[in-house]
Amino acid sequence: MERVPVLKIGDILLVSIQIDMEDQVALQLQEDLADRIVATGCHGVIIDISALDIVDSFVGRTLATIASISRVLDAETVVVGMRPAVAITLVELGLSLPGIRTALNVELGMAMLAQDEPEPEPVGGEEEPVATS
Amino acid sequence: MALSSDEASRFADLLKGHSDELTRRWTEIVASNFRGRLSHAELERQMGELQRGFQAAMDGGAGDLDADASGELRGLLSDLSTTRARQGFSANETAVSVYALKEALLGILDGSGEADATTLRDFVAYSAFVDRAALFTFDSYVRVREELISDQAEQLLELSTPVVKLWDGVVAVPLVGTLDSARAQVVMERLLQTLVDTSSPYAIIDITGVPAVDTQVAQHVLKTVVAARLMGAECIISGIRPQIAQTIVALGIEFGDIATKATLADALRHVIKLNSAQPKAR
Amino acid sequence: MSDRITVASDQDVVRVRQLVRTAAVAAKLSLVDQTKLVTAASELARNTLVYGGGGTVELISVDNGRRKGIRIVFADEGPGIADLDLALTDGYTTGGGLGLGLSGARRLVDEFDIDTKVGEGTSITVTKWCR
Repeated sequence: MERVPVLKIGDILLVSIQIDMEDQVALQLQEDLADRIVATGCHGVIIDISALDIVDSFVGRTLATIASISRVLDAETVVVGMRPAVAITLVELGLSLPGIRTALNVELGMAMLAQDEPEPEPVGGEEEPVATS
Repeated sequence: MALSSDEASRFADLLKGHSDELTRRWTEIVASNFRGRLSHAELERQMGELQRGFQAAMDGGAGDLDADASGELRGLLSDLSTTRARQGFSANETAVSVYALKEALLGILDGSGEADATTLRDFVAYSAFVDRAALFTFDSYVRVREELISDQAEQLLELSTPVVKLWDGVVAVPLVGTLDSARAQVVMERLLQTLVDTSSPYAIIDITGVPAVDTQVAQHVLKTVVAARLMGAECIISGIRPQIAQTIVALGIEFGDIATKATLADALRHVIKLNSAQPKAR
Repeated sequence: MSDRITVASDQDVVRVRQLVRTAAVAAKLSLVDQTKLVTAASELARNTLVYGGGGTVELISVDNGRRKGIRIVFADEGPGIADLDLALTDGYTTGGGLGLGLSGARRLVDEFDIDTKVGEGTSITVTKWCR
């Protein structure tokens, strides 16, 4: 089974989905990301979906779940690069992805995350993830 | 009622034997219909070509217009209709160019002085063939006009939906005229694509030029706003005239948390304020 | 033209998406219509797998004289749908999804027919026409 790579850039985890994901691959990504957020202590996740030519309800739900999980782990998720045709289709499908923050591209997504934390983090980012129940 | 091979060969002989005179007569009749809107030389060239087309079809023994031997003639006829349609001539004027052949033929048969029952039967058969050719011309004419109309509709669609960059990170689409489903879809796609291309997080949809807003138009605008949000861009609607505001409320259309401004200038001011509050990505 | 694929696993759902996309491009659907059709096919193929316990997906090129289009038939021999109206309601789900599969897919295509019998299976036919 293919796996979607998760890259760490500074305080941000960058995921660029380049393949037509099987449902299992999407679920695996969800797990991998949760592990990596905890392991790296990153506070931001950017998921680039500019290569996806469709987002169906399963992928949409997975993105929403990832956003919720990372929020619990004190990381903010931004989904970037959604294609116009995909957005139009999602609106028609009735999927508005509430709770997911979006930006037009990776650059704007990073700017959005940077804005969340005006003062730079101390090097290493040693904070414990906040456990909310 | 197809032409027999005898009739076809007699028709071919007639066309061949009197080719110059026939073309001359034919051109004259057509020219009187066009009253100088096409030059005589131009018409003579066209009629000459058509005559050679008819002749080739008859030489090939074509009994009917859809026979293989009539292939060249069909090509000529549809070329003629295309030219006429594009030059703005009416369907009538186009068909007359072909029908006139009958009159020209009659003139020649009459002038030969040896008209008998066979000549008459032949003439009826030739006429029937020419009629079919004229109808074919008519059909191609209509088809060309339909293509023209749909091309123009498409061009209109393109023309009437410009998306302009208004400011750094701000694009605007001034909607003008009635928004039907097809146009709304084009506007929607174009706007969203421009957001990506210019990486602009803000879009202003200006509806000053939209004469009326009904639930359907509102639906399209709302869907565009939601789609833009999914992509990470915010839309502002501007140019809502007083009557339109009243209709919107009367129809119970909910714009929810979508920002609306009275004028494009207000919308731009609003966006620039929002934009300056955010760090630049570039 | 007609293509039939068996849907028995996750990979098959991906294959359905790819085949539908190829067919949609060949039929010259607009980009948005391609996306809508592939998304609908993805939803319905997953339904066939998850609720129908697997089945087949058939792609057919259609032409009604005026327009060309693509028809896709999703068939399974699963438990069928007991309450169709309910199943077509936004947000209704028995499978833990978002409940947008059926109702959403119906909005993404031009024609949507569903034929189901409890205990015998479900067959869903969707068609998308070129504009």
